[in-house]
Amino acid sequence: MKIHTIPEILGEVPFFRDLKPEYREFLAGCARNVHFKAGEFLLLAGKKATHFYLIREGHVALEMEAGNKVFSIQTIGEGQILGWSWLVPPYTWHYDARAVEPVSAISFDAKCVREKCEKDPVFGYELLKRFSRLIAERLMATRIQMADLYQ
Amino acid sequence: MQPPTPLQTAAHPMTPVSGRVLRRRWETDDTFTLDIEVAGGRPFPFAPGQFNMLYLFGVGEVPISISGDPDDPSKLTHTTREVGVVTRAMRRLRPGDTLGVRGPFGSAWPVSEAEGRDVVVIAGGIGLAPLRPVVYHLMRHRLRYNRIVILYGARSPEDILYAKELGQWSARLDVEVLVTVDRAARRWRGNVGVITRLIPRAPFDPENVVAMVCGPEIMMSFTVLELHRRGVASERIHVSMERNMKCAIGLCGHCQYGPHFICKDGPVFRFDAVEDLFRVREF
Ligand SMILES: Cc1cc2nc3c(=O)[nH]c(=O)nc-3n(C[C@H](O)[C@H](O)[C@H](O)COP(=O)(O)OP(=O)(O)OC[C@H]3O[C@@H](n4cnc5c(N)ncnc54)[C@H](O)[C@@H]3O)c2cc1C
Ligand code: FES
Repeated sequence: MKIHTIPEILGEVPFFRDLKPEYREFLAGCARNVHFKAGEFLLLAGKKATHFYLIREGHVALEMEAGNKVFSIQTIGEGQILGWSWLVPPYTWHYDARAVEPVSAISFDAKCVREKCEKDPVFGYELLKRFSRLIAERLMATRIQMADLYQ
Repeated sequence: MQPPTPLQTAAHPMTPVSGRVLRRRWETDDTFTLDIEVAGGRPFPFAPGQFNMLYLFGVGEVPISISGDPDDPSKLTHTTREVGVVTRAMRRLRPGDTLGVRGPFGSAWPVSEAEGRDVVVIAGGIGLAPLRPVVYHLMRHRLRYNRIVILYGARSPEDILYAKELGQWSARLDVEVLVTVDRAARRWRGNVGVITRLIPRAPFDPENVVAMVCGPEIMMSFTVLELHRRGVASERIHVSMERNMKCAIGLCGHCQYGPHFICKDGPVFRFDAVEDLFRVREF
């Protein structure tokens, strides 16, 4: 079995695919492979957003507590990005994220990526464009969810 | 192919035939399925997408889609969500009780036009009921179609319709089934998120797919937006519309929708025929 390097993996996922190869290398410099057992938390609401993730295998549920019950409000799976609060001060998570099953992911060090964005604004803008699209998609999904589609 | 008309089952389309409830099953807390035998066991041919007017004596009459197998006309199946006066009375029907049936009425899902192409069936909530006959047809004639994808969204795991059948369909290797709910407690291990999020990763060729979409209008609006974003043309998207009905044969005007009468020209429309009437308010 061929082992894929992180830049190769980034070249395969839609989110990073059309980023210049040198920028993918650049990002890979801040990244490492991580694994979580089912039930483990990848993010905790209120904690510092020190990382974000590209999910490679498995599902993660974004959870919130309401009326003493924990609800899952969105699942994030293979090829999708988990976390954007690392980009926006005060850099804290809004939700918990829990591995529904064993999860393999690439974890990106937020501080390292932010520093690269500051150093190279073109790279920073490319990344910001992708994350704004992601934030807009999630915002839209939340609004549709609030509209209660199945009423 | 023209869908069957009511003249095949009754003397006049305004005259109900008598139906006897054979079986009632609960699908969710507020949704139930009735199997009905029509007057003396007469077969009741219909095309996927068509509906009947079900008449509860002394209460009223409502349009309900046929949710059974189009290849088995020996019994009539309807899945109904309890929302008001008539549907509440309908939930109290027991095996042996009778009701009036007029139909089948309306247009059908384009199962013949879809042959040789990918098919994506997208349903929200009770919208899976009018599409279940399509799924039965696709499965029975599997070789006539390319890829088959079923996307289903419900409010919560408890609101999922035909859960057992969805499980059986997804166990097949030749059909892709993706189910999502808007919110769930921890024990749910499936997808959570709005149904539109399933569309970008659903395995179909946007240039060669026929999409059949059914659910509340707001769900269909957002679904169509996402299908367009994926590159599916309006001519290959079909939606099923609902309006209040009375005559169901294009006479009274109750179901008017722009220039269309939903009972006669619909309920299934090619999206480009109703595109201008569909409104998605800016979010
Ligand atoms: C072509 C067609 C096919 C249909 N197929 C099905 C089907 O397969 N299964 C099914 O359960 N329903 C189906 N419906 C909807 C069904 O006809 C209505 O739910 C029914 O007429 C309501 O009658 P009622 O007397 O129980 O409610 P009413 O007393 O008339 O209404 C009570 C309340 O329910 C609301 N309401 C009415 N209709 C709906 C609706 N469609 N959805 C949500 N709220 C509503 C009203 O605004 C009101 O607040 C279909 C409708 C059409 C036009
Ligand atoms: S219900 Fe009378 S015209 Fe359609």
